[in-house]
Amino acid sequence: MTRDRTRPGLFPASIAIALLLGLLPFPEAAAAFKPYWLALVLTYWLMEAPERASLGVAFLVGLLGDLVYGTLLGEQALRLTMLAFIVLRFRARLRFFPLWQQALAVLVLLANDRVVVVMVRGFTGEGLPPWEFWLSPLPGALLWPWLFLLLDDLRLRTRERA
Amino acid sequence: MGAGTSTSLFAEGGAGTLRLLMYLAAALVLMVADHRGGHLDRVRQLAGQAMDPLYWLAAAPARAVRAVNTNLSTRLELAARNEALARELLLANARLHRLGAVQQENRRLRALLGGMEQHELSVQLATLLDIDLDPFRHRVVLDSGSRDGVRPGLAIVDATGVMGQVVAVSASTSTAILVSDPNHAVPVQVRRSGVRTIAFGTGRTDQLLLPNIPPSADVRVGDELVTSGLGGTFPPGFPVGRLAELAPDDTGLFMVGKAEPAAALNRSGEVLLVWTGDATTAGPPASGGADAAPTGVDAAPADAAAEPAIADEQPSP
Repeated sequence: MTRDRTRPGLFPASIAIALLLGLLPFPEAAAAFKPYWLALVLTYWLMEAPERASLGVAFLVGLLGDLVYGTLLGEQALRLTMLAFIVLRFRARLRFFPLWQQALAVLVLLANDRVVVVMVRGFTGEGLPPWEFWLSPLPGALLWPWLFLLLDDLRLRTRERA
Repeated sequence: MGAGTSTSLFAEGGAGTLRLLMYLAAALVLMVADHRGGHLDRVRQLAGQAMDPLYWLAAAPARAVRAVNTNLSTRLELAARNEALARELLLANARLHRLGAVQQENRRLRALLGGMEQHELSVQLATLLDIDLDPFRHRVVLDSGSRDGVRPGLAIVDATGVMGQVVAVSASTSTAILVSDPNHAVPVQVRRSGVRTIAFGTGRTDQLLLPNIPPSADVRVGDELVTSGLGGTFPPGFPVGRLAELAPDDTGLFMVGKAEPAAALNRSGEVLLVWTGDATTAGPPASGGADAAPTGVDAAPADAAAEPAIADEQPSP
Protein backbone atom coordinates (compact mmCIF):
# COMPACT_ATOMS: atom_id res chain seq x y z
CA MET A 1 0.00 0.00 0.00
CA THR A 2 1.34 3.41 -0.85
CA ARG A 3 2.33 5.55 2.07
CA ASP A 4 0.32 8.68 2.48
CA ARG A 5 2.66 11.63 2.24
CA THR A 6 0.05 14.17 3.25
CA ARG A 7 1.25 16.82 5.59
CA PRO A 8 0.33 15.76 9.12
CA GLY A 9 -1.42 19.06 9.79
CA LEU A 10 -4.43 18.53 7.56
CA PHE A 11 -6.11 15.84 9.68
CA PRO A 12 -6.18 17.76 12.99
CA ALA A 13 -7.08 20.97 11.13
CA SER A 14 -10.06 19.36 9.44
CA ILE A 15 -11.26 17.89 12.76
CA ALA A 16 -10.92 21.29 14.44
CA ILE A 17 -12.89 22.97 11.67
CA ALA A 18 -15.57 20.27 11.91
CA LEU A 19 -15.85 20.97 15.66
CA LEU A 20 -16.17 24.70 14.95
CA LEU A 21 -18.78 24.18 12.24
CA GLY A 22 -20.78 22.12 14.70
CA LEU A 23 -20.85 25.05 17.10
CA LEU A 24 -22.06 27.60 14.55
CA PRO A 25 -25.67 28.50 15.18
CA PHE A 26 -28.31 27.68 12.58
CA PRO A 27 -31.45 29.76 12.18
CA GLU A 28 -34.17 28.48 14.49
CA ALA A 29 -36.30 27.11 11.63
CA ALA A 30 -33.41 25.13 10.11
CA ALA A 31 -31.86 23.99 13.38
CA ALA A 32 -32.80 20.36 12.74
CA PHE A 33 -30.87 20.36 9.49
CA LYS A 34 -27.53 20.82 11.13
CA PRO A 35 -25.30 18.01 9.86
CA TYR A 36 -22.97 16.03 12.09
CA TRP A 37 -19.78 17.52 10.66
CA LEU A 38 -17.47 15.55 12.90
CA ALA A 39 -18.81 12.22 11.61
CA LEU A 40 -18.57 13.36 7.98
CA VAL A 41 -14.94 14.48 8.24
CA LEU A 42 -13.96 11.42 10.22
CA THR A 43 -15.63 9.15 7.64
CA TYR A 44 -13.54 10.74 4.92
CA TRP A 45 -10.30 10.07 6.75
CA LEU A 46 -11.32 6.53 7.65
CA MET A 47 -12.05 5.83 4.01
CA GLU A 48 -9.08 7.49 2.40
CA ALA A 49 -6.33 7.36 4.99
CA PRO A 50 -7.03 4.59 7.51
CA GLU A 51 -3.43 4.71 8.73
CA ARG A 52 -4.30 8.12 10.12
CA ALA A 53 -7.75 7.38 11.48
CA SER A 54 -8.36 4.14 13.35
CA LEU A 55 -10.91 3.04 15.93
CA GLY A 56 -8.78 4.58 18.66
CA VAL A 57 -8.59 7.90 16.85
CA ALA A 58 -12.36 7.86 16.35
CA PHE A 59 -12.74 7.26 20.08
CA LEU A 60 -10.47 10.20 20.96
CA VAL A 61 -12.18 12.51 18.46
CA GLY A 62 -15.48 11.50 20.03
CA LEU A 63 -14.21 12.37 23.49
CA LEU A 64 -13.14 15.76 22.17
CA GLY A 65 -16.61 16.23 20.73
CA ASP A 66 -18.16 15.33 24.08
CA LEU A 67 -16.09 17.96 25.81
CA VAL A 68 -16.86 20.65 23.24
CA TYR A 69 -20.59 20.00 22.91
CA GLY A 70 -21.15 19.20 26.57
CA THR A 71 -22.68 15.79 25.94
CA LEU A 72 -22.27 12.92 28.35
CA LEU A 73 -18.56 12.05 28.35
CA GLY A 74 -18.29 8.96 26.15
CA GLU A 75 -21.50 9.43 24.16
CA GLN A 76 -19.90 10.71 20.99
CA ALA A 77 -16.90 8.45 21.59
CA LEU A 78 -19.29 5.51 21.44
CA ARG A 79 -21.10 6.85 18.39
CA LEU A 80 -17.97 7.58 16.40
CA THR A 81 -16.32 4.28 17.35
CA MET A 82 -19.35 2.42 16.03
CA LEU A 83 -19.33 4.52 12.88
CA ALA A 84 -15.60 3.95 12.41
CA PHE A 85 -16.03 0.21 12.81
CA ILE A 86 -18.68 0.04 10.11
CA VAL A 87 -16.71 2.27 7.74
CA LEU A 88 -13.52 0.27 8.20
CA ARG A 89 -15.39 -3.02 7.69
CA PHE A 90 -16.83 -1.90 4.36
CA ARG A 91 -14.02 0.42 3.41
CA ALA A 92 -12.81 -1.60 0.43
CA ARG A 93 -16.27 -1.45 -1.12
CA LEU A 94 -17.16 2.09 -0.13
CA ARG A 95 -14.01 3.50 -1.68
CA PHE A 96 -14.94 2.36 -5.14
CA PHE A 97 -18.55 3.40 -5.02
CA PRO A 98 -19.48 6.37 -7.22
CA LEU A 99 -19.96 9.50 -5.15
CA TRP A 100 -23.76 9.38 -5.12
CA GLN A 101 -23.70 5.81 -3.85
CA GLN A 102 -21.24 6.83 -1.20
CA ALA A 103 -23.65 9.57 -0.21
CA LEU A 104 -26.38 6.97 0.23
CA ALA A 105 -24.05 4.89 2.40
CA VAL A 106 -23.29 7.99 4.47
CA LEU A 107 -27.03 8.55 4.86
CA VAL A 108 -27.41 5.06 6.29
CA LEU A 109 -24.38 5.54 8.55
CA LEU A 110 -25.73 8.81 9.94
CA ALA A 111 -29.22 7.34 10.39
CA ASN A 112 -27.65 4.47 12.33
CA ASP A 113 -25.83 7.07 14.41
CA ARG A 114 -29.12 8.73 15.28
CA VAL A 115 -30.47 5.38 16.48
CA VAL A 116 -27.44 5.01 18.74
CA VAL A 117 -28.05 8.53 20.11
CA VAL A 118 -31.65 7.70 20.94
CA MET A 119 -30.51 4.52 22.68
CA VAL A 120 -27.86 6.26 24.75
CA ARG A 121 -30.14 9.13 25.73
CA GLY A 122 -32.95 6.68 26.43
CA PHE A 123 -30.74 4.95 28.98
CA THR A 124 -29.93 8.23 30.67
CA GLY A 125 -33.63 8.96 31.06
CA GLU A 126 -34.35 11.36 28.22
CA GLY A 127 -37.54 10.80 26.32
CA LEU A 128 -37.93 10.29 22.59
CA PRO A 129 -36.81 13.31 20.56
CA PRO A 130 -39.23 15.17 18.28
CA TRP A 131 -39.56 13.86 14.72
CA GLU A 132 -37.30 16.61 13.32
CA PHE A 133 -34.47 14.79 15.08
CA TRP A 134 -34.36 12.26 12.23
CA LEU A 135 -33.83 14.91 9.55
CA SER A 136 -30.18 15.58 10.29
CA PRO A 137 -28.72 12.67 8.22
CA LEU A 138 -30.25 14.12 5.03
CA PRO A 139 -28.14 17.29 4.78
CA GLY A 140 -25.16 15.19 5.86
CA ALA A 141 -25.60 12.88 2.88
CA LEU A 142 -26.21 15.81 0.52
CA LEU A 143 -23.02 17.47 1.71
CA TRP A 144 -20.92 14.34 1.42
CA PRO A 145 -19.90 14.58 -2.29
CA TRP A 146 -18.80 18.20 -1.90
CA LEU A 147 -16.94 17.53 1.32
CA PHE A 148 -15.29 14.51 -0.26
CA LEU A 149 -14.12 16.49 -3.30
CA LEU A 150 -12.90 19.38 -1.16
CA LEU A 151 -10.92 17.24 1.27
CA ASP A 152 -9.54 15.10 -1.56
CA ASP A 153 -8.38 18.21 -3.38
CA LEU A 154 -6.78 19.66 -0.25
CA ARG A 155 -5.04 16.40 0.51
CA LEU A 156 -3.60 16.00 -2.96
CA ARG A 157 -2.49 19.60 -3.02
CA THR A 158 -0.62 19.36 0.28
CA ARG A 159 0.96 16.15 -0.95
CA GLU A 160 2.27 17.74 -4.13
CA ARG A 161 3.76 20.62 -2.24
CA ALA A 162 5.38 18.41 0.37
CA MET B 1 -16.83 -12.92 1.77
CA GLY B 2 -15.35 -10.15 -0.32
CA ALA B 3 -15.37 -7.58 2.44
CA GLY B 4 -13.76 -10.03 4.83
CA THR B 5 -10.75 -10.79 2.66
CA SER B 6 -10.16 -7.18 1.71
CA THR B 7 -10.24 -6.01 5.31
CA SER B 8 -7.61 -8.57 6.15
CA LEU B 9 -5.54 -7.16 3.30
CA PHE B 10 -5.78 -3.60 4.59
CA ALA B 11 -6.13 -4.44 8.23
CA GLU B 12 -3.34 -2.25 9.50
CA GLY B 13 -5.82 0.40 10.62
CA GLY B 14 -7.41 -2.30 12.68
CA ALA B 15 -11.13 -2.82 12.89
CA GLY B 16 -11.16 -6.03 14.87
CA THR B 17 -14.30 -6.87 16.76
CA LEU B 18 -12.27 -7.26 19.93
CA ARG B 19 -10.93 -3.73 19.67
CA LEU B 20 -14.41 -2.42 18.93
CA LEU B 21 -15.74 -4.11 22.06
CA MET B 22 -12.87 -2.69 24.07
CA TYR B 23 -13.58 0.87 22.97
CA LEU B 24 -17.33 0.46 23.42
CA ALA B 25 -16.75 -0.82 26.94
CA ALA B 26 -14.49 2.16 27.66
CA ALA B 27 -17.13 4.56 26.36
CA LEU B 28 -19.81 2.87 28.48
CA VAL B 29 -17.65 3.08 31.62
CA LEU B 30 -17.04 6.78 30.94
CA MET B 31 -20.73 7.48 30.40
CA VAL B 32 -21.75 5.69 33.58
CA ALA B 33 -19.03 7.51 35.55
CA ASP B 34 -20.18 10.83 34.11
CA HIS B 35 -23.89 10.16 34.54
CA ARG B 36 -23.81 8.76 38.07
CA GLY B 37 -22.14 10.83 40.70
CA GLY B 38 -20.33 13.12 38.30
CA HIS B 39 -16.82 11.82 38.95
CA LEU B 40 -15.61 13.61 35.85
CA ASP B 41 -16.64 17.15 36.77
CA ARG B 42 -13.03 18.10 37.42
CA VAL B 43 -11.96 16.79 33.99
CA ARG B 44 -14.78 18.72 32.38
CA GLN B 45 -13.83 21.90 34.18
CA LEU B 46 -10.19 21.64 33.11
CA ALA B 47 -11.14 20.82 29.54
CA GLY B 48 -13.65 23.64 29.59
CA GLN B 49 -10.84 26.11 29.95
CA ALA B 50 -9.23 24.73 26.82
CA MET B 51 -12.57 25.03 25.00
CA ASP B 52 -13.05 28.72 25.78
CA PRO B 53 -11.09 29.98 22.73
CA LEU B 54 -13.01 27.54 20.52
CA TYR B 55 -16.32 28.93 21.77
CA TRP B 56 -15.02 32.43 21.25
CA LEU B 57 -14.05 31.60 17.67
CA ALA B 58 -17.37 29.92 16.91
CA ALA B 59 -19.27 32.95 18.18
CA ALA B 60 -17.13 35.31 16.09
CA PRO B 61 -19.24 35.31 12.89
CA ALA B 62 -22.42 36.21 14.78
CA ARG B 63 -20.49 38.91 16.63
CA ALA B 64 -19.20 40.32 13.36
CA VAL B 65 -22.70 40.38 11.85
CA ARG B 66 -23.99 42.25 14.88
CA ALA B 67 -21.12 44.73 14.71
CA VAL B 68 -21.78 45.38 11.03
CA ASN B 69 -25.47 45.83 11.78
CA THR B 70 -24.73 48.38 14.46
CA ASN B 71 -22.37 50.26 12.20
CA LEU B 72 -24.79 50.32 9.31
CA SER B 73 -27.86 51.41 11.23
CA THR B 74 -28.59 55.03 10.50
CA ARG B 75 -28.56 57.93 12.93
CA LEU B 76 -32.31 58.17 12.55
CA GLU B 77 -32.84 54.56 13.57
CA LEU B 78 -30.54 54.96 16.52
CA ALA B 79 -32.28 58.12 17.64
CA ALA B 80 -35.67 56.42 17.38
CA ARG B 81 -34.47 53.42 19.37
CA ASN B 82 -32.90 55.70 21.94
CA GLU B 83 -36.15 57.55 22.39
CA ALA B 84 -38.14 54.33 22.73
CA LEU B 85 -35.70 53.03 25.33
CA ALA B 86 -35.80 56.27 27.28
CA ARG B 87 -39.60 56.08 27.39
CA GLU B 88 -39.44 52.48 28.51
CA LEU B 89 -36.94 53.37 31.20
CA LEU B 90 -39.20 56.12 32.48
CA LEU B 91 -42.14 53.73 32.78
CA ALA B 92 -40.00 51.06 34.42
CA ASN B 93 -38.60 53.59 36.89
CA ALA B 94 -42.04 54.80 37.84
CA ARG B 95 -43.14 51.25 38.45
CA LEU B 96 -39.98 50.57 40.42
CA HIS B 97 -40.59 53.52 42.76
CA ARG B 98 -44.04 52.25 43.51
CA LEU B 99 -42.63 48.76 44.10
CA GLY B 100 -40.02 50.21 46.42
CA ALA B 101 -42.74 51.69 48.60
CA VAL B 102 -44.62 48.42 48.64
CA GLN B 103 -41.42 46.60 49.51
CA GLN B 104 -40.78 48.90 52.46
CA GLU B 105 -44.28 48.32 53.69
CA ASN B 106 -43.93 44.60 53.16
CA ARG B 107 -40.74 44.50 55.18
CA ARG B 108 -42.32 46.44 58.02
CA LEU B 109 -45.32 44.14 58.10
CA ARG B 110 -43.07 41.09 58.03
CA ALA B 111 -41.05 42.48 60.90
CA LEU B 112 -44.28 43.06 62.84
CA LEU B 113 -45.35 39.50 62.20
CA GLY B 114 -41.89 38.23 63.12
CA GLY B 115 -41.99 36.18 59.97
CA MET B 116 -39.09 34.92 57.97
CA GLU B 117 -37.09 37.63 56.33
CA GLN B 118 -37.13 37.47 52.56
CA HIS B 119 -33.73 37.60 51.01
CA GLU B 120 -32.80 40.28 48.57
CA LEU B 121 -31.96 39.30 45.04
CA SER B 122 -28.56 39.83 43.52
CA VAL B 123 -28.21 40.03 39.78
CA GLN B 124 -25.42 40.04 37.26
CA LEU B 125 -25.54 40.72 33.56
CA ALA B 126 -24.25 38.10 31.11
CA THR B 127 -24.35 37.64 27.36
CA LEU B 128 -25.28 34.44 25.57
CA LEU B 129 -22.62 33.33 23.12
CA ASP B 130 -24.05 32.72 19.69
CA ILE B 131 -23.17 29.07 19.50
CA ASP B 132 -25.30 25.99 19.30
CA LEU B 133 -24.20 22.91 21.20
CA ASP B 134 -26.94 20.59 19.96
CA PRO B 135 -30.28 21.64 18.47
CA PHE B 136 -32.09 18.92 20.42
CA ARG B 137 -30.64 19.63 23.82
CA HIS B 138 -31.52 23.04 25.04
CA ARG B 139 -28.22 24.30 26.31
CA VAL B 140 -26.71 27.73 25.97
CA VAL B 141 -23.23 29.10 26.64
CA LEU B 142 -22.76 32.31 28.63
CA ASP B 143 -19.76 34.58 28.34
CA SER B 144 -19.07 34.75 32.08
CA GLY B 145 -17.55 31.99 34.18
CA SER B 146 -16.13 31.28 37.60
CA ARG B 147 -13.86 34.31 37.21
CA ASP B 148 -16.98 36.51 37.31
CA GLY B 149 -18.46 34.63 40.24
CA VAL B 150 -20.79 32.36 38.28
CA ARG B 151 -21.44 29.02 39.92
CA PRO B 152 -23.63 26.03 39.04
CA GLY B 153 -27.24 26.44 40.13
CA LEU B 154 -27.66 30.16 39.41
CA ALA B 155 -30.97 30.98 37.77
CA ILE B 156 -31.03 32.79 34.42
CA VAL B 157 -33.82 35.21 33.54
CA ASP B 158 -34.45 37.60 30.68
CA ALA B 159 -36.73 40.60 30.60
CA THR B 160 -39.88 38.50 30.32
CA GLY B 161 -39.26 35.41 32.41
CA VAL B 162 -37.16 32.50 33.61
CA MET B 163 -34.81 30.99 31.02
CA GLY B 164 -32.98 28.25 32.89
CA GLN B 165 -30.08 27.58 35.20
CA VAL B 166 -26.30 27.25 35.07
CA VAL B 167 -25.07 23.65 35.04
CA ALA B 168 -21.35 23.82 34.31
CA VAL B 169 -18.78 26.55 34.78
CA SER B 170 -15.29 27.09 33.45
CA ALA B 171 -13.02 30.07 34.00
CA SER B 172 -14.60 32.44 31.49
CA THR B 173 -17.66 30.67 30.09
CA SER B 174 -20.49 28.70 31.60
CA THR B 175 -23.10 26.33 30.23
CA ALA B 176 -26.75 26.63 31.15
CA ILE B 177 -29.75 24.37 30.62
CA LEU B 178 -32.94 26.03 29.40
CA VAL B 179 -36.37 25.41 30.95
CA SER B 180 -37.41 23.82 27.65
CA ASP B 181 -34.79 21.03 27.88
CA PRO B 182 -36.45 17.64 28.42
CA ASN B 183 -34.16 17.10 31.42
CA HIS B 184 -35.23 20.27 33.19
CA ALA B 185 -38.00 20.99 35.66
CA VAL B 186 -39.06 24.19 37.46
CA PRO B 187 -41.19 24.31 40.60
CA VAL B 188 -44.01 26.70 39.70
CA GLN B 189 -47.05 28.25 41.27
CA VAL B 190 -50.22 29.55 39.68
CA ARG B 191 -50.14 33.27 40.38
CA ARG B 192 -53.93 33.59 40.70
CA SER B 193 -54.67 30.69 43.05
CA GLY B 194 -51.31 29.70 44.50
CA VAL B 195 -51.56 26.07 43.33
CA ARG B 196 -48.09 24.55 43.20
CA THR B 197 -46.85 22.13 40.58
CA ILE B 198 -43.80 21.44 38.43
CA ALA B 199 -43.18 22.49 34.83
CA PHE B 200 -41.07 20.12 32.75
CA GLY B 201 -39.27 20.94 29.53
CA THR B 202 -40.48 19.14 26.42
CA GLY B 203 -37.61 19.67 24.00
CA ARG B 204 -39.61 22.35 22.18
CA THR B 205 -38.92 26.00 22.82
CA ASP B 206 -42.60 26.90 22.75
CA GLN B 207 -43.96 24.40 25.23
CA LEU B 208 -43.64 23.30 28.86
CA LEU B 209 -45.45 20.33 30.33
CA LEU B 210 -47.26 20.25 33.68
CA PRO B 211 -48.28 16.68 34.44
CA ASN B 212 -50.04 15.58 37.64
CA ILE B 213 -52.31 18.51 38.36
CA PRO B 214 -55.12 17.25 40.63
CA PRO B 215 -58.51 17.72 38.90
CA SER B 216 -59.79 19.56 41.96
CA ALA B 217 -57.01 22.17 41.81
CA ASP B 218 -57.95 25.72 40.94
CA VAL B 219 -56.17 25.94 37.60
CA ARG B 220 -57.56 27.44 34.41
CA VAL B 221 -56.34 27.94 30.88
CA GLY B 222 -54.71 31.35 30.66
CA ASP B 223 -53.34 31.23 34.20
CA GLU B 224 -49.95 32.80 34.71
CA LEU B 225 -47.26 30.55 36.18
CA VAL B 226 -44.49 31.96 38.35
CA THR B 227 -41.58 30.29 40.14
CA SER B 228 -42.61 29.08 43.58
CA GLY B 229 -39.14 29.30 45.09
CA LEU B 230 -39.29 25.71 46.34
CA GLY B 231 -36.03 23.91 45.89
CA GLY B 232 -34.03 27.07 46.34
CA THR B 233 -32.62 27.37 42.82
CA PHE B 234 -35.15 29.79 41.37
CA PRO B 235 -36.07 32.81 43.46
CA PRO B 236 -39.87 33.02 43.88
CA GLY B 237 -42.08 35.24 41.75
CA PHE B 238 -40.45 35.17 38.32
CA PRO B 239 -42.81 34.47 35.40
CA VAL B 240 -42.32 31.03 33.86
CA GLY B 241 -45.16 30.85 31.37
CA ARG B 242 -48.86 30.93 30.66
CA LEU B 243 -51.10 27.87 30.71
CA ALA B 244 -52.31 27.25 27.16
CA GLU B 245 -53.99 23.88 27.40
CA LEU B 246 -55.46 21.69 30.11
CA ALA B 247 -56.73 18.17 29.55
CA PRO B 248 -57.21 14.99 31.60
CA ASP B 249 -54.38 12.46 31.28
CA ASP B 250 -54.80 8.89 30.04
CA THR B 251 -55.86 7.51 33.40
CA GLY B 252 -58.31 10.34 34.05
CA LEU B 253 -56.92 10.77 37.58
CA PHE B 254 -54.85 13.86 36.87
CA MET B 255 -54.91 16.84 34.58
CA VAL B 256 -52.03 17.55 32.19
CA GLY B 257 -51.28 21.16 31.38
CA LYS B 258 -49.29 22.67 28.55
CA ALA B 259 -47.75 26.09 28.98
CA GLU B 260 -46.04 28.63 26.77
CA PRO B 261 -42.73 29.78 28.24
CA ALA B 262 -42.63 33.46 29.17
CA ALA B 263 -38.96 33.97 28.31
CA ALA B 264 -37.68 34.28 24.75
CA LEU B 265 -35.72 31.03 24.52
CA ASN B 266 -34.05 31.86 21.23
CA ARG B 267 -30.54 31.52 22.61
CA SER B 268 -29.12 34.94 21.98
CA GLY B 269 -28.89 38.34 23.55
CA GLU B 270 -28.36 39.46 27.11
CA VAL B 271 -29.59 37.70 30.21
CA LEU B 272 -29.48 38.19 33.97
CA LEU B 273 -28.03 35.75 36.45
CA VAL B 274 -30.14 35.85 39.60
CA TRP B 275 -29.57 34.49 43.06
CA THR B 276 -30.97 35.20 46.49
CA GLY B 277 -28.63 37.52 48.36
CA ASP B 278 -27.35 35.07 50.91
CA ALA B 279 -26.61 31.79 49.21
CA THR B 280 -25.87 29.94 52.46
CA THR B 281 -29.32 30.52 53.90
CA ALA B 282 -31.14 29.58 50.73
CA GLY B 283 -30.63 25.86 51.30
CA PRO B 284 -32.01 23.69 54.07
CA PRO B 285 -31.82 25.25 57.54
CA ALA B 286 -28.41 25.01 59.19
CA SER B 287 -28.05 22.59 62.08
CA GLY B 288 -27.75 24.03 65.60
CA GLY B 289 -30.48 26.31 66.93
CA ALA B 290 -27.93 28.55 68.68
CA ASP B 291 -26.41 29.44 65.33
CA ALA B 292 -29.72 30.11 63.67
CA ALA B 293 -30.96 32.72 66.11
CA PRO B 294 -28.24 35.39 65.68
CA THR B 295 -28.39 35.17 61.89
CA GLY B 296 -32.14 35.69 62.12
CA VAL B 297 -31.62 38.85 64.16
CA ASP B 298 -28.87 40.00 61.85
CA ALA B 299 -30.98 39.50 58.82
CA ALA B 300 -32.84 42.80 59.04
CA PRO B 301 -29.87 45.22 58.92
CA ALA B 302 -27.99 42.93 56.56
CA ASP B 303 -30.91 43.02 54.19
CA ALA B 304 -31.15 46.78 54.34
CA ALA B 305 -27.49 46.94 53.38
CA ALA B 306 -28.00 44.45 50.60
CA GLU B 307 -30.85 46.41 49.10
CA PRO B 308 -28.77 48.43 46.64
CA ALA B 309 -27.26 45.15 45.43
CA ILE B 310 -29.35 45.30 42.28
CA ALA B 311 -28.28 48.80 41.47
CA ASP B 312 -24.67 48.32 42.57
CA GLU B 313 -23.90 45.16 40.69
CA GLN B 314 -21.63 46.07 37.84
CA PRO B 315 -22.77 44.55 34.59
CA SER B 316 -19.99 42.35 33.38
CA PRO B 317 -18.69 43.43 29.98
